[in-house]
Parts: sequence; C-alpha cells; structure tokens
Amino acid sequence: MTGPRLAAGGPVIPNFGHGTACLRHNHWFCPSWVREHWGDILQPALLQHLELTAIAVGIGFGIAFLLALVGFRWRFADPPLGAVTDLLYTIPSLALFQLLVPVTGLTVTTIEVALVSYTLFVLYRNIVAGLRAVPAEVLEAARGMGLTRAQTFLRVELPLAAPAILAGVRVATVSTISIATVAALVISYGLGAPIFEALQQPDIFRTELLSAGALAILLALAADTVLALLQRTLTPWSRL
Amino acid sequence: MRTEAAELVFDEATKVYPGREGAAVDHLSLTVPAGEICVLVGPSGGGKTTALKLVNRLIPLTGGDIRIDGTSILEQDVVQLRRSIGYVIQQVGLFPHITVEGNIGTVPRLYRRPRGWIKERSVELLELVGLDQSYAKRFPAQLSGGERQRVGLARALAANPPLMLMDEPFGAIDPIVRARLQDEFLRLQQEIRKTVVFVTHDVDEAIKVGDRIAILREGGRLAQYDTPQRILEHPADEFVAEFVGRDRALKALALHTLAELELSPATQEGLPRLPADTSLRDALALLVAERRDALLVVDADGTPLGVATRENLLR
Repeated sequence: MTGPRLAAGGPVIPNFGHGTACLRHNHWFCPSWVREHWGDILQPALLQHLELTAIAVGIGFGIAFLLALVGFRWRFADPPLGAVTDLLYTIPSLALFQLLVPVTGLTVTTIEVALVSYTLFVLYRNIVAGLRAVPAEVLEAARGMGLTRAQTFLRVELPLAAPAILAGVRVATVSTISIATVAALVISYGLGAPIFEALQQPDIFRTELLSAGALAILLALAADTVLALLQRTLTPWSRL
Repeated sequence: MRTEAAELVFDEATKVYPGREGAAVDHLSLTVPAGEICVLVGPSGGGKTTALKLVNRLIPLTGGDIRIDGTSILEQDVVQLRRSIGYVIQQVGLFPHITVEGNIGTVPRLYRRPRGWIKERSVELLELVGLDQSYAKRFPAQLSGGERQRVGLARALAANPPLMLMDEPFGAIDPIVRARLQDEFLRLQQEIRKTVVFVTHDVDEAIKVGDRIAILREGGRLAQYDTPQRILEHPADEFVAEFVGRDRALKALALHTLAELELSPATQEGLPRLPADTSLRDALALLVAERRDALLVVDADGTPLGVATRENLLR
C-alpha cells in the first residue's frame, strides 16, 4: 500500500520531515530525533504523565483510605462501598472520559477525576482486606494490655495492614500510568500526547510512537520497582 | 506503678450473657492472697476463661464485684486497669511487625518510659524468662512456640504489674517444652511473687502450678476452692473427685517428697537408693517396678539418711 507513495519520493512528515535519512525513511528509531526533541516533546510529556499519576494515586489513596475506614469500622457499609468502587472500575476509560467532558470540559480535571475513580477499587479493597486480616489474638493482646482503640489502630492494625496497602498502591500506580496514556484523547497531556500525535501522521511517525511508548513502559517499571523497594524497607517483618 | 503483689477478691462475680440460658459465671466468690497462684480449672463450659477476663474487664461483669487490693475494678479507668495487669494468652498474640524488644516494651511505652529504661528492662526480662540477649532484635516469626510464650510472659511482666492473668499459657506447647516452661515459671514466681490467676483445663498442670485451685463446674459454679493437697485428699463432692481423677491418691503422693517422711535407721544392705527430693509418687513407682518393700533415702552427696518403707510412703 505504501509502495507507490514511497516510490514517488517518500512520505512527507510535516513537522519533522526536514531531517536525516533515518527520519525521511521513517525508521523505527532515530536517536537524533529523540536527542533533538527530548527537551520540547518527550521530557515535558514524561513529567506531565508523572504528575497525572502522582496526583491521581495521591487523591485516590486519600479517598479510598477514608472510605476504607468507614467500611472497616461499620461492616454494613463495606458491601455498598465496595460495590460503588467496583462499578467505577468497570466503566471503560474512554466512555468515562467522554461522560465527564460535558461536566468538567476538556481539562486536566476531567482526566484526574477519571484516573482517581479507577484507583479507588484496588485501593479500597486492599486497605479493608489488610485491616481485616490482623489476627484476632493480636487484637486481644493489644486490648488486654490496655491499648486504646486509637492506639490499637495506629500501632497495630495499620502497620500490620501496610503490606496489603502498599501492594494496592503498586497496582493502582502501574494501572494509572497505563490508563493515563488514553487521557490524551481529551487533552494533549502526558505521554499519550506524542503517541497520538505520531499515530495521526499520514504514515505513523514511528520514532515518536516508539520513544513515547517506551517511556510509558519504563515509567511503569520504574514506579513498580520503587514501590516494591519501599514495601521491603517499610515492612521488613512481612518477608519472614 | 505498684510493684508489690495485690490481693484479688471475687465477690459474687456473675456473668450472664443476654439470650443465653444460665450464667457463664455464677456468683463466684473467692480470694486470692497476694503473691499466690490461683488456678482456675474445670471442664469446658465451666466459665474459667470468662472468669479470668472479668478481672481486666475484657468481659463486663453483670453482677457482683471484683476487687484488687480493695479497689473495685469498676471504679478504675478500664485502660489504666488493663495496663496495671499482666495478660498472657495461649496464642500469645505477639505483634508480628515489631521486634521482641519492641513487644516487651509495649506497656512501658504506654507509660512513656524513656527508651533507655525500656532497653534495660527488656535485657533484664529476657534473662528472667531464660532467653539470650540475641533474641531482642528478632521478629516473632523467627521464634519457636515455646520462645514466643516466653516473650509473651516477659511482655506481660514489663511494667511490673502486681497481678497477672494467664489464660492457658502453655496450652499450645508440646508436652516436653510445656513441663520445662512450668518449672521455669514456678522458679520465676519464687523471685517475683506476683498474684497470678492461671486458667488451664489440665488437672495435672493445675496441681503442679497452683498454690490454690478453684474447680469450676458447668454453669460457672465454684465446686471447690482449696490447696491442691486438700482437693486431692478431700474432694468436696463426686464431681470434684471425678474431675481430679481416679488416680488422685497417686497425684497427692506427687505433692510430697521423701524428705518429709519419718525414716527408720538404715539396717538392711542393698536397698535401692533415692535422693531425698524425690516425690513419693516416683519413689512408689520405683518400689513397684523393682518389687521391693523399702528404699534407702540419701542426701545430695549420697550420704544415707534412713530407710523408707512401702508403709511409710502410703501412710
């Protein structure tokens, strides 16, 4: 399909077409382009992506934690809260972005609202499950030794739930990094922006597609590693 | 913090669970003198554990009163009350996320003791319960069942409480280690002289550990409260006699040693020799096994003290 057009002089890539042979032939990876556009395209997109993810997981954690406190303290509240977070999680991301646009417009807020709602499910479940998993005899010992309800929560239940909570944060972070790329459909923001831009070129701008996609993957792997190390450092006892 | 042992009085203490027929603990009245070990024993459904948990208000009383050194538990702040009572349970309930030292320091930290004080105290307590200092930095998951229970005991003793509640503390431990822990606990008690309420379902453990034994029957009623010897020799009724077992006469023999007997002068040669601190039960077992009628009692150096006959033992 591309054969005749290539024969006619190769593809025209509007903004990047006056470059090297590598670019003119649209090879999969042209280091010169990456070097040239790291500063004005890739790095800003990476930082935006990181920001989108950090804010979404941060706010999501705050909301999920409060909901989990309610669901943990009042058992009857757990099933409905779980069901709501579950429902939010099942809405396809594209559909959710579109549903929100009339409300919050083509803004970063729209993206964040959607991303936050996706984190709630895994965070809520993990926090509640972690708190519930504290052994009964440990709680009895705490009560019998004269720890108050608040002391029991802060010194016993919360630290013992930490491995499950951190595991939830890991899953939420990695999945947010992946969903956030789709956010570029709403607004040109994050690593999704260069990816969509590359896809919209007549012949797909391969170097841009590949480098932005690779950055998203590396970001996910790096976040996962950092959080795994954090988990090991904070809860050395959980690996015994 | 009080440091001496406290007298514990159950005064018509009663627990009735709403919607359940009969009482769990029924007008229980008994006094545990300061510094003594009172064992609560009885069949399941006898309310032993319930009676124990009434003391630190893990289970609220529905009638009567319990007093520690004359002060009703109902007049004290429940959190303060619990901090002033050592509490040991069968499953131990060590905090898995903190070290042995951290676990031992739990109650002292609640009392805002300085870090250095807690460290010293944990060194002292580890030694007291027979654990090496190297255990201080370990996590509970790195300990055996027996070691965990020792740490549980150390943790309960950390704030030097005048009263200890122990709910089947050695119940989940294999028999050999259990016997050793019982022995060490009794040696420890010689040093620290706490008032102890100790729940068990094992009559032999009750006889071995208790200064006094309270036998509870179904419905939480007290069947007998007495010294092990009196319970074995004069059971109050059929229930108690049945509960302590048909071999109660033998169990009673286990409470005495050869040293307590009036010995006759050594005249025979070739008698089996036994040290004076041997229990009458073991001495009798030896006579039966060797088909003999008498044995020679010797002191720790092997010097003969006199002869004990079968009649002597069974008197």
